[in-house]
Amino acid sequence: MSTATQETTRGLVEITKVRKSFGAVEVLKGVSLTVEPGGVAVIVGPSGSGKSTLLRTINHLEKVDGGFIAIDGALVGYGIRGRRLHELREKEILKQRTEIGMVFQNFNLFPHLTALENVAEAPVVAPRAGKPRLSKAAARERGLELLDRVGLKDRAGAYPRQLSGGQQQRVAIARALALDPKILLFDEPTSALDPELVNEVLDVIRELAKSSTTLVIVTHEMGFARDVADTVVFMDQGRIVEQGTPQAIFTNPQEERTRSFFSKVIEPAFNI
Amino acid sequence: MSSTATTVAQSAPEPVSAGAGTSTTEAPGPVSAPENGGAGSAPGTPGPATDYADYRVVPARHPWRWVGTAVVGLGVLGIAWSLATNPRWEWGVVAQWFTAKSIVDGLLETLKLTAISGALGFVLGFVLALMRLSASPLLLSVSWTFSWIFRSTPLLVQMLLWYNLGYLYEKISLGLPFTDVRFFEVQTTTLISQFAAAVLGLTLNQAAYSAEIIRGGILSVDQGQLEAAAALGIPAWRRSTRIVLPQAMRAILPTAFNEIIGLVKGTSIVYVLAYSELFYTVQVIYNRTQQVLPLLLVATLWYVVITSVLSVFQYYIERHYSRGAVRSLPLTPLQKARKFLSTHATDTRAKGLR
Ligand SMILES: Nc1ncnc2c1ncn2[C@@H]1O[C@H](COP(=O)(O)OP(=O)(O)O)[C@@H](O)[C@H]1O
Ligand SMILES: [Mg+2]
Repeated sequence: MSTATQETTRGLVEITKVRKSFGAVEVLKGVSLTVEPGGVAVIVGPSGSGKSTLLRTINHLEKVDGGFIAIDGALVGYGIRGRRLHELREKEILKQRTEIGMVFQNFNLFPHLTALENVAEAPVVAPRAGKPRLSKAAARERGLELLDRVGLKDRAGAYPRQLSGGQQQRVAIARALALDPKILLFDEPTSALDPELVNEVLDVIRELAKSSTTLVIVTHEMGFARDVADTVVFMDQGRIVEQGTPQAIFTNPQEERTRSFFSKVIEPAFNI
Repeated sequence: MSSTATTVAQSAPEPVSAGAGTSTTEAPGPVSAPENGGAGSAPGTPGPATDYADYRVVPARHPWRWVGTAVVGLGVLGIAWSLATNPRWEWGVVAQWFTAKSIVDGLLETLKLTAISGALGFVLGFVLALMRLSASPLLLSVSWTFSWIFRSTPLLVQMLLWYNLGYLYEKISLGLPFTDVRFFEVQTTTLISQFAAAVLGLTLNQAAYSAEIIRGGILSVDQGQLEAAAALGIPAWRRSTRIVLPQAMRAILPTAFNEIIGLVKGTSIVYVLAYSELFYTVQVIYNRTQQVLPLLLVATLWYVVITSVLSVFQYYIERHYSRGAVRSLPLTPLQKARKFLSTHATDTRAKGLR
């Protein structure tokens, strides 16, 4: 709560024994993961292993069925009173979400708003914890700053459909940054892009990895993962099979499933 | 001698093309196609890369399009001719009544009814659509039942029912149920005037239809949009109005304008309440003057005018909401006309210079 603790633990993500089912199918089967403040965790694994679902539980787009998630010690989606957990009201949940930015595979930009309007929307209307909402003018100024940071200041007035995929995703990143989140979640940010556009997006994320923001990234770009990750997490069938430094996971995986996954996705040249 | 001649002929360079006789050089180097004038060039000779910049483009001809245009044009001309020359249309009478005060008053009533019940109908329809999409089973079923009832009863019956509410319930009061406490009580007949019955009937009926149109529009917006907005902490009401509704509008507008145009003419049904809107006024007049057809024509022409004006609005409003949905907005008819005129003008000038 105090500013002092906020500065010392800005963006600590603690996921503890999280379970989630859709109908009869258990998609997350007790997942535990800690990402240190300012750390970069990259989650890899086969399609359908529950990576997106895990990411979406962190900002409460999915409610967990068991276990809990805490950001800097505060439970996501629940308040503690006595020995009871109370589901938070909508407004409190929105406040929590403003501390967590999310970037989607399909960008999900608002097509009827310009790049700048996309970036400047949330700071004006979203309720923020301990910070006032921005005025429209201030939000625009901040928006231009962020678009400049992702190299798109000159496209501020363009609508998303007038931008290339790579440019759209960079706008989406600027939009996620507009609320100064402690944590940024990326769900396969380059999977919908043509190969030659992948790097312009990865470069922006590389820059962010150097900042003090905590990043949790789901990706299939293994070279990128090895470059930016502090921790690589391998998931399969709703469980974390193995996690460790990129060095450990890529060059010396302990589990058979990890090894067989990498043998399929990594081109031979990458194997040292 | 002859033998040498043949050998000479045989040793002559093979390509015995049109140009062979005149060319004195035997080097087969630059055999440029344009030299042949195009017509008699040897078949199968792969022409070198040519620059077609100075070629003239001949537009494709569409003879059947012209035939079709002529047939339709003749038909239109025939109809126009008969309308203008058949004295039984009584255009003089039409002109005389078209802007008569009673007709204009009726027209204003029609516009008033359309505007009020259209606006109220769509607002109520929006609320009903949100109820229908809500997670609460109660709200959902109330909304569903509303649409079910009002879509399955004839508007005429609804209208007469509202007007005759005083017969069913003499007084309308607001108080605590099952007690004698009353805050407010009126005679039903004083509350439900012709106008109130008309607005009530048209509004509720319109709401039932618009709810479905708006619901369809909302469903057409990608789920990812709501998710992205929620992830950004944008509040629920703002998500609906700023993110979803503007995108839903693209699906809603064409049908909504259909409804409004239908409503303009639908208001004529309130003649059963002897409410003096355009259609009722016209009836009153022709019952007096016996000029039935010309007066119906007066009403018709006004309905055409209203619909045309609405269509223009529709065009520009739809254009407004297609921002971002298309890479670049198409030109408006005005812009097109201006462009046509300017290019046409430069064209004739260019021809004049030649
Ligand atoms: N909303 C949902 N309803 C039902 N099943 C879902 C839903 N979302 C995800 N799933 C299922 O959960 C599993 C994990 O999905 P996901 O987390 O998207 O995996 P990944 O991102 O690793 O490919 C998949 O089998 C998927 O079909
Ligand atoms: Mg996924």
